[in-house]
Amino acid sequence: MSDIATRKGSRDNAILGKDGANQVNTRGPNPINTYRADFKRQLGVPEWVQTLRAQGMARFEALGFPTTKNEDWHFTSVAPIAERTFHAAMTSRAGISSEGSTAGVVARADLRRFTFGQPAWHTLVFVNGEFSEDLSSYAGLSDKVRVSSLAKAIRSGTGRPERHLGKIATFENHAFTALNTAFIQDGAFLELQADAVVEEPIHLLFVSEGEGEAISHPRNLIVAAQNSRASIIESYICIRDNCYFTNAVTEISLGEGARIDHYKIQRESEKSYHVGTTQIRQARDSQLHSFSFAVGGSLARTNIYTSLDGDAATCTLNGLYLTDGKQHIDNQTSIEHIAPNCPSHELYKGVLDGQSHGVFNGKVYVHPEAQKTDGKQSNNNLLLSPTARVDTKPQLEIFADDVKCTHGATVGRLDEMAMFYLNSRGIGRETARTLLTYAFAADVLETIELEAMKTELERMVLARFASTAAA
Amino acid sequence: MLEINDLHAGIGDREILRGITLSVNAGEVHAVMGPNGSGKSTLAQVLAGNPSYEVTKGSVSYNGQNLAQNGIFLAFQYPVEIPGVSNAYFLRSAYNEIRKANGMEEIDPLEFLDLVEEKLKLVDMDQAMLSRSVNQGFSGGEKKRNEIFQMAVLSPRLAILDETDSGLDIDALRIVAQGVNTLRSPENATIVVTHYQRLLNYVIPDFVHVLANGRIVKSGGKELALELEEKGYDWLQNAGAGAGAAA
Repeated sequence: MSDIATRKGSRDNAILGKDGANQVNTRGPNPINTYRADFKRQLGVPEWVQTLRAQGMARFEALGFPTTKNEDWHFTSVAPIAERTFHAAMTSRAGISSEGSTAGVVARADLRRFTFGQPAWHTLVFVNGEFSEDLSSYAGLSDKVRVSSLAKAIRSGTGRPERHLGKIATFENHAFTALNTAFIQDGAFLELQADAVVEEPIHLLFVSEGEGEAISHPRNLIVAAQNSRASIIESYICIRDNCYFTNAVTEISLGEGARIDHYKIQRESEKSYHVGTTQIRQARDSQLHSFSFAVGGSLARTNIYTSLDGDAATCTLNGLYLTDGKQHIDNQTSIEHIAPNCPSHELYKGVLDGQSHGVFNGKVYVHPEAQKTDGKQSNNNLLLSPTARVDTKPQLEIFADDVKCTHGATVGRLDEMAMFYLNSRGIGRETARTLLTYAFAADVLETIELEAMKTELERMVLARFASTAAA
Repeated sequence: MLEINDLHAGIGDREILRGITLSVNAGEVHAVMGPNGSGKSTLAQVLAGNPSYEVTKGSVSYNGQNLAQNGIFLAFQYPVEIPGVSNAYFLRSAYNEIRKANGMEEIDPLEFLDLVEEKLKLVDMDQAMLSRSVNQGFSGGEKKRNEIFQMAVLSPRLAILDETDSGLDIDALRIVAQGVNTLRSPENATIVVTHYQRLLNYVIPDFVHVLANGRIVKSGGKELALELEEKGYDWLQNAGAGAGAAA
């Protein structure tokens, strides 16, 4: 599973034959040809990266874009992505891809409203997937913490990223991860040495900017050695309302007793496309606290996949998605209980308005050796309009006999009695609707430990539905 | 203050109120009594504007209007739980909306806290309840006291108490009644909807109306409540059915 390089020959061909039938039929020139051409144009990199990219490209070509016949994409059609020709944001400007070249396109002031009013947080800024030294600020980190752009780490030739890159985010069945792998170039590379504790959060801020339908493939690698600790935020944003496609992948390795609080804040433009995969492997006693906030994109998908490999590793996966207009936001999570004595807790909530469509698909897979697993999963949805839709699919597969697992999903509308109660106290319908919506989301937001982020997200929830109600 | 004229209302095709006529003036306390299913609670809900009920005939005029922002308050028989919204936030929002509707400026959380402190004492509640979610995890008695507390803060011109005495022990009943009595004034009016006479031992009504089959079948002074306590509702219910058949 961790080493795709060994998967070759007849088995791949068999998969190709099966999945080939699922490929999206496209009209006109095949956009895959554009990916192929862009792939060939990439600048030279060390051989191991070239090999990894080639494996990614081969797998992507074999899989093609997923269709709704694919179980994991049953409720989400990626046709709008598959049928569009996106231009590689970085390789098209390959000649000027030295660090800092993007300064001037994006100004520091443009980013202020996305940084939670916390100048003390370490911030790494990426413009169209490319690291910008000028826009970043991460001084004062301890020497047990190494922060670098992935491009620089690859160029330095120390081989440090090589140990993990492409080993955590599996791509034999994930077309978008395969595509990202084919275009590995830049992103964040964070290494926490044993016992390193990062006091202030590290914020990775991905900005999409520029005209034309561009694609970027940010690739992040986070390696947390034993007993290290950090809060890491990934934000995906756009300053202007452009159409583009972000296809991001983050790999996280958690050593024994390490703890990472991971926040993904998806605030892409309303015209954009976003597929983001965060894949984690957890050693014994490690802790992952993941929070996924998704509000942007015309079509957006977030995958959070973790594997509890070591005894007593724990994970919490929480999330909130807010959809409106004709947005389609899909959230997929997977928790693999491989080792025994691991608790996993998951709470995802969705608020859907307009003609939007939300999806939640959460898998909890308990392997035969994973005795004493304690799994709890729930997904609750609030439909604010008669035309909004949600598909929810909590899945529990258990192959061990001594476990405690629960899961459940709800879809509801605003409680009319609660509305009347508020109205009867003089609170108007619009305010009442905002208040009840906020209340619905309150408990999952309450799990955010970063106070400044919690306040900002609460404000966003109130503002988003206040403006809808007033319209 | 409140004029109800031949009011007919119901849910869907089911008519529950079948011609209620009642007039309430400032300074008065009216008790509306009646057996289960007589339409007491429906009357309270319709007066407070519950959209689940449809008014099919007749009219309600309340100083020309009928909105909560203009001073009608309904103390619910079953107060609604709202997880995630604190009592303080909820009540301050309500208070400010009413101020805005009357062209006044909103008040901030600290000013609001000063304002509510004394009202909490009135219903013997602790300040800690302000940070709890609205009615969530409250006992039956706490919920009813919270209703009276809200009423004290919002100081409505017309208060309707819907079965506020149900499920209360004698101590809680005294606290609730004391709250209601403190808020009585020559400018305000109260309608007490109740099945039993016992609340009326503490909140003395000026008028008592008996509802049966969606109509007021008898009106009188406070002594009518005592008569009902003694004789029950049957003798009046028959009158209601008779009147219905004759109509």
